[in-house]
Amino acid sequence: MSEFWGPFWIVLAGALAGASCGLLGAYLVLRKMSLLGDALSHAVLPGIVIAFLLSGSRDVIPMFIGAAICGVIATVLIETFHRRWRVQEDSSIGIAFTALFALGVVLITAFAGQVDLDQECVLYGEIAYTPWDRLFWGEWDLGPRPIWILGTVFALNLAFVLVFYKELLIASFDAEMALSVGVSAALVHYMLMGAVSVTTVAAFESVGAILVVAMLIVPGASAYLWSDRLKVILTLSALMGVISAIAGYFLAGVWNSSIAGAMVVVMGVLFALSLIFAPHYGVLGRFVRQVRLSLKVARDHVLLKLLRERESQRVSALSWGDLVDTAARWVSGIAIRSLMWQGLITRANGHFSLGEQGVVHATRLLRNHRLWESYLNQIGLPPDHVHDPADALEHFTDDRLREEIRAALPDIATDPQGKRIPDG
Amino acid sequence: MLHAVDESVTPIHIHDMTVAYHKKPVLWDVDLAVPEGKLVGVVGPNGAGKSTMIKAIMDLVPKASGWVHIYGKPYSRMRQAIGYVPQRESVDWDFPINALDVVLMGRYGHVGWVRRPDKIDRELAEEALEKVGMTDFGHRQINQLSGGQQQRVFLARALAQDAQIYLMDEPFAGVDAATERAIIDILMDLRARKKTMLVVHHDLHTVNQYFDWLVLINMRIVAAGETRDVFTEDNLNKTYGGQLTVLSEAAQAVAHHQRGL
Repeated sequence: MSEFWGPFWIVLAGALAGASCGLLGAYLVLRKMSLLGDALSHAVLPGIVIAFLLSGSRDVIPMFIGAAICGVIATVLIETFHRRWRVQEDSSIGIAFTALFALGVVLITAFAGQVDLDQECVLYGEIAYTPWDRLFWGEWDLGPRPIWILGTVFALNLAFVLVFYKELLIASFDAEMALSVGVSAALVHYMLMGAVSVTTVAAFESVGAILVVAMLIVPGASAYLWSDRLKVILTLSALMGVISAIAGYFLAGVWNSSIAGAMVVVMGVLFALSLIFAPHYGVLGRFVRQVRLSLKVARDHVLLKLLRERESQRVSALSWGDLVDTAARWVSGIAIRSLMWQGLITRANGHFSLGEQGVVHATRLLRNHRLWESYLNQIGLPPDHVHDPADALEHFTDDRLREEIRAALPDIATDPQGKRIPDG
Repeated sequence: MLHAVDESVTPIHIHDMTVAYHKKPVLWDVDLAVPEGKLVGVVGPNGAGKSTMIKAIMDLVPKASGWVHIYGKPYSRMRQAIGYVPQRESVDWDFPINALDVVLMGRYGHVGWVRRPDKIDRELAEEALEKVGMTDFGHRQINQLSGGQQQRVFLARALAQDAQIYLMDEPFAGVDAATERAIIDILMDLRARKKTMLVVHHDLHTVNQYFDWLVLINMRIVAAGETRDVFTEDNLNKTYGGQLTVLSEAAQAVAHHQRGL
């Protein structure tokens, strides 16, 4: 095997397995059925062994048929336990798949003489043998057998998702609506589970029964964090499967470790990165938004404080100590500095006062605040209860909302406390 | 129903229908013939089987006995005649999909298996969104919509189904006043176009104002007919019997109703 083709076939096998699993896995995550993927990947084992015993060969077609049948049986069992006999759904899944997996293990060991399936291979896969496991057509060497199998399965999965995109969508989102427009959600469910079973078997030989579970769930769960659009999620999920295969191969070289294991480790890393960096649902994005929000609120409060002082005509400037919010000193300090930097407030002799633009900003906020107070009072809140909610709402009131509130109020000049509502 | 029912002009004809969950009947011996072009309210206490009745009409839950005919034919042959607005809580609003794509689902029954919705379907979906006043929200993710807006999206989806009959499960639950107004305007408009609507409803105060026909239900049909005939204290007593708070509310509603006459 040449130095290029050996690694190439291994990476391609991993990529095809990753993409196939990623594509279906996205739907499992979406339908909150991740556990079902786990279950099916184990439950297909007796199907494979029986197919093996009956056909007497490692031919893939009987194996696929055995796996698909077994997968559907597992799905039916789970549904029956749950719906008909009212066993909890998670228990139903747990019982069905462990029982079937155990049956598979018993069959392998009982017929050990006739079954050329070793347990190591079943659990961990043999992706490193990919280049040497050849497919022959008579005398012709057609290339590595796993590539043919995984390639076919990937093509089938892609076709399944493309052809039944609409049916998968409606059955996943709203099963009752699907039924009412003539799309049997149950049929879609069984088709998806059949596809998962077949994919599991195809990926089995390469990555094994345990790691295939990760391939089904992890890319889908990661992709789900990045987008709110199904097509993007599907693409990303498949892509993450591919990236993991490539990176995992090289990582395994560095560590001198299991290739399939390294691929899944990369998936785990991708998930962790998604969890931190995904813009909308990531931890970092959420933190940044929170900080930005606190900063906005703190800035608004500084501006309002200065304007109120000015309005009361006691003083027009405040010292740092007066201005800073003692409950949130850190954010408040940054808020004051950023306002200074933008010229909205100015400092002279250690005292702060509003700049020209600062007055405009602050006046608008005060108008928001007092309009809200008036509005809340009008809808029935007593005057001494309106300050705090108005304080929360004033920051998020844009021009349109402000005018809507204005229009909902009678022509008034003052708020419930008798303070003037400024024009803005 | 002693009088004969002319099935060809009866949108929904339910005959001796019993529905059971796990062998326990939740709806007994329902006989009902809903007249065409009416805005029909379905009221009754919690657990009375209101949603179940609607689901049984559409074969979403199995019937223990009896049958339902839609314009004289079984539902399986009349699917496209019915538009459906399920309860808002029945779906996951965090699902990665935008409002327009949800509305487009209303077209799936017309499009058929495997085929894709085309430009005309898309236009119809946009039109439906416009009717519920949600044109600007078509590309908004559904989890960024308010409860009222989500309900409007569901209504738009049913409108996109372009049906003869609309079955709606609590379309007014948890919506703001503006949305309630918008929805009722659309229902009135549908009625003007001779559509038949069966609407599960909770607020007894508005029954009289909204519905010209009424079904009172509590595990069986208590009364059904023109609102002015069946919306009586006696019938409400029979429907809500034993539930004091609802009873006083009902009495109030009836008093209100009688003052209105």
